Amino acid sequence: MHEMSLAEGVLKLIEDSARQQSFTKVVAVWLEIGELASVEVEAMKFCFDAVTRDSVADGARLEVIVVPGSGWCMACAKTVPLSEVYGGCPECGGYQVQVTGGTEMRVKELEVA
Amino acid sequence: MCTTCGCGSDEVKIEGDEMHQHEHVHADGTHHSHGHVHVSEHTHEHGHAHDHGHSHAYVPANNHSHSHAPGVTPTRMVQIEQDILAKNNAYAKQNRERLTERGIFALNLVSSPGSGKTTLLCKTIEMLGGQGVSVIEGDQQTSQDAERIRATGAPAIQINTGKGCHLDAHMVGHAMAKLDLAEDSLLMVENVGNLVCPAAFDLGEAHKVVILSVTEGEDKPIKYPDMFRAAKLMLLNKCDLLPYVNFRVDEAITYARRVNPDIAVIQLSATTGQGMEEWLAWIARGAADVRATKLATVDALKRRIAELEARLQPAQ
Repeated sequence: MHEMSLAEGVLKLIEDSARQQSFTKVVAVWLEIGELASVEVEAMKFCFDAVTRDSVADGARLEVIVVPGSGWCMACAKTVPLSEVYGGCPECGGYQVQVTGGTEMRVKELEVA
Repeated sequence: MCTTCGCGSDEVKIEGDEMHQHEHVHADGTHHSHGHVHVSEHTHEHGHAHDHGHSHAYVPANNHSHSHAPGVTPTRMVQIEQDILAKNNAYAKQNRERLTERGIFALNLVSSPGSGKTTLLCKTIEMLGGQGVSVIEGDQQTSQDAERIRATGAPAIQINTGKGCHLDAHMVGHAMAKLDLAEDSLLMVENVGNLVCPAAFDLGEAHKVVILSVTEGEDKPIKYPDMFRAAKLMLLNKCDLLPYVNFRVDEAITYARRVNPDIAVIQLSATTGQGMEEWLAWIARGAADVRATKLATVDALKRRIAELEARLQPAQ
């Protein structure tokens, strides 16, 4: 969803960092995207290329690190892996599971010149 | 989805005015063509320019020192570790502080287009007697919804998102500044009709309220789980039509609780007024909580001031 807005958010963070750390060229960008963050990686790459044109990150390589989803199952009283927000607990099959991890959307680091 | 609609904020208009263009700082002279720098630095004239005319036409065969020409300027790593939505979240935090400081209870109403959000809002305002409630309307185009709200007597501001598919906290902050929000009042934000994108954008509201009408499918909560997970309350609207449609209420609630075990549910109809009292009671409880928070903050500040003044006394 809204990968274009997210790509613009990424560029904003890069531009802020370029001013603070005085670099003029970004070679690669590492993003951490949770499995449950509803971000299409391919759409993100497409939008990233579009919004970074003529910017400090023009032509930068986008690397996406996928963070696995996890949730707290109330019935089992423990953390279980989740691959879908509405997915049931893989152990007891119940749906009383609160998502606890895998929703992040972060810019982790940059390789700059 | 937004890969096609763009979600650009450049076309955002509040009551027909441009919000103010974002400065896109694209060009800070970034086109340095690296690489060429140290190509020239090794063309050391050895002084053997013995004017034979044939001069330096031959490139030295063993040009190992020149081999790293373009693109291999040294790079370094920069740690960022920041949320992509950090900017939006910072604006949202600001909005939330402004709202809670003044005891204003704000709700972000989200749904698909056509679920009856505006009708529900008009009915809600009418039942509140048109008092103490302001509205921010989000749509891609037209100010028809804000006009419908203003007809009820409540102040309303229209945000047109242009290509954008959701409101963000920055736009809402601007709209809040334009509305003369009263202390201890209610602010209703009607988001762009979209069950996908608005889920991720915090506007600074106290709660998101998702509206599902019985003319839609009961499996929408699992088809669009993010929105139902983000919401505190689900309003099942158009319940007066239940005898005529094939909508299983229990199933819809089961699906909603599957993605969000804590979600509250109220069945209502903005047209007949059924269930509206329950919805108004829910609003009243939330508004009372916000006012209590405000008072607690004010009391805490007063105590702090009293303490500081007490410490100043002996000194004087």
